[in-house]
Amino acid sequence: MKLYGKYFVMHLKSVMEYKTSFLLTCISQFFVSFNIFLGIYFMFQRFSKVEGFTYPEVLLSFGITLMEFTLAEAFARGFDTFGSIINHGEFDRILARPRGIILQVLGSRIEFTRIGRLLQAIVVFAYGLAVSDVRWTPWKVFSILLMLLGGTVVFSGLFLIYASVCFFTIEGLEFMNIFTDGAREYGKYPVSIYGKRVLQLCTFVVPYALIQYYPLLYLLDRGKPSYSLLPLAACLFIIPCLLLWRAGVRHYTSSGS
Amino acid sequence: MRKYLAFFRLRFSMGLQYRAAALAGMSTQLVWGIMEILMFRAFYRADASAFPMSLEATSAYVWLQQAFLAFHAAMFMENEIFESISNGNIVYELCRPVNIYNMWFSRNLAKRVSSAALRCMPILLIAVFLPAPYGLMPPVSFPVFLLFLFSLLLWILVTVSFCMLIYMASFFTISHAGIRMAAFCAVDFFSGAVIPLPFFPDRIRQIFELLPFAAMQNVPLRIYSGDLSGSAMWQALFLQCFWFLIMAGTGRAINAIAMKKVTVQGG
Repeated sequence: MKLYGKYFVMHLKSVMEYKTSFLLTCISQFFVSFNIFLGIYFMFQRFSKVEGFTYPEVLLSFGITLMEFTLAEAFARGFDTFGSIINHGEFDRILARPRGIILQVLGSRIEFTRIGRLLQAIVVFAYGLAVSDVRWTPWKVFSILLMLLGGTVVFSGLFLIYASVCFFTIEGLEFMNIFTDGAREYGKYPVSIYGKRVLQLCTFVVPYALIQYYPLLYLLDRGKPSYSLLPLAACLFIIPCLLLWRAGVRHYTSSGS
Repeated sequence: MRKYLAFFRLRFSMGLQYRAAALAGMSTQLVWGIMEILMFRAFYRADASAFPMSLEATSAYVWLQQAFLAFHAAMFMENEIFESISNGNIVYELCRPVNIYNMWFSRNLAKRVSSAALRCMPILLIAVFLPAPYGLMPPVSFPVFLLFLFSLLLWILVTVSFCMLIYMASFFTISHAGIRMAAFCAVDFFSGAVIPLPFFPDRIRQIFELLPFAAMQNVPLRIYSGDLSGSAMWQALFLQCFWFLIMAGTGRAINAIAMKKVTVQGG
């Protein structure tokens, strides 16, 4: 943990060397997902509800998914770009060091520029909260934190799978984008609007619904209180991801140069 | 003309080599298409009377959009070109007895056409066999289908000439990332990639339809399903031709200026 703190400070310092570039990247990050927000806005100019969800409620869903994804992307970015680590033979160096492998890969990249997008997610989420009439209890605040935790873990798990696949294929697979970028894109609406099948897939295969749809129902007083604990169950998703990663590390042969 | 055809052929066969990437891309686009249609279905169920297109036409729009993604994607630009401008390798290109604009134009055209050629058929085939309101409906009539093909051609010409403007702009700015990002967002939003233009409120839609971005995917995809027909269709086709000529003309003019005053960054 202390080591990760060092990595953190190191990346922060290196980013601050180029302040303008950092700022511009933040702004562009902001605008890329701004289009998605505009899409929602204009759809709700025409429709008042979708599957029982109103505009502010959809904004909550959009905001929380974007926050979860962005946090995971900022911290687990090392796994997202793992293909290049393997390609350049840098992984050998990581294996040689007497520290945890995962910790080192995590520390290899931390994207502070994602702050632009995170900020947007927070603003949208706050606006959604203000406009929709959520009755606040301490437990609800806690459940939002659980959602953030669970979501970050699930998306990090997906990045971990993405990286593990690199052990076998050397390159990353574009196919995996369905699960990461796709979830960011379509997580803008509560998972249930895509129909029963998709909801089932998103509950039992990749637990998107556990970090978005069900806890959201609880926030809006439509679900059981136990729904608020489901993000913890979603965290279990990291276990198969870690197993795959282990298998990958064992399979690894250097491509080195 | 012949040398540009040669550039086109070269890039085209290069593009066809990336079959594995195309396969991965295709599966992504299939899932994307399905999710998009499921989303529209939810809104259709919520309030069918507020739905501006028929569900069939919307599905056709989504499938064609996925199949011809390579015609649209603004990020689908050649990094080599940007790099050659910023690192000075462009001098090698300038030494050749070709017009830079025409050469890049044919290269970009070829890249997009080859990518679409690889990807569109399987996606369209699968989409055709999906059940009725969610699949790709057959074209309304044969003449309409011909007009769709014509409009499709104009779409890619407009897209490529728009991208050429961005390449040209980077002659003057050194750093191209900002322009690229802005252009990318604008194209996505105004061309109807985020949501089709009919879904916007009428007043806004009327303005959007006059912009060059509407001359991209908006026109062919709506002609196909018969959503755009009659005088509105002819006007849209005219606008497509108009914007293509304007942007290609401007691009060539900027090119001529840039060639005179381009300073190659050392090394």
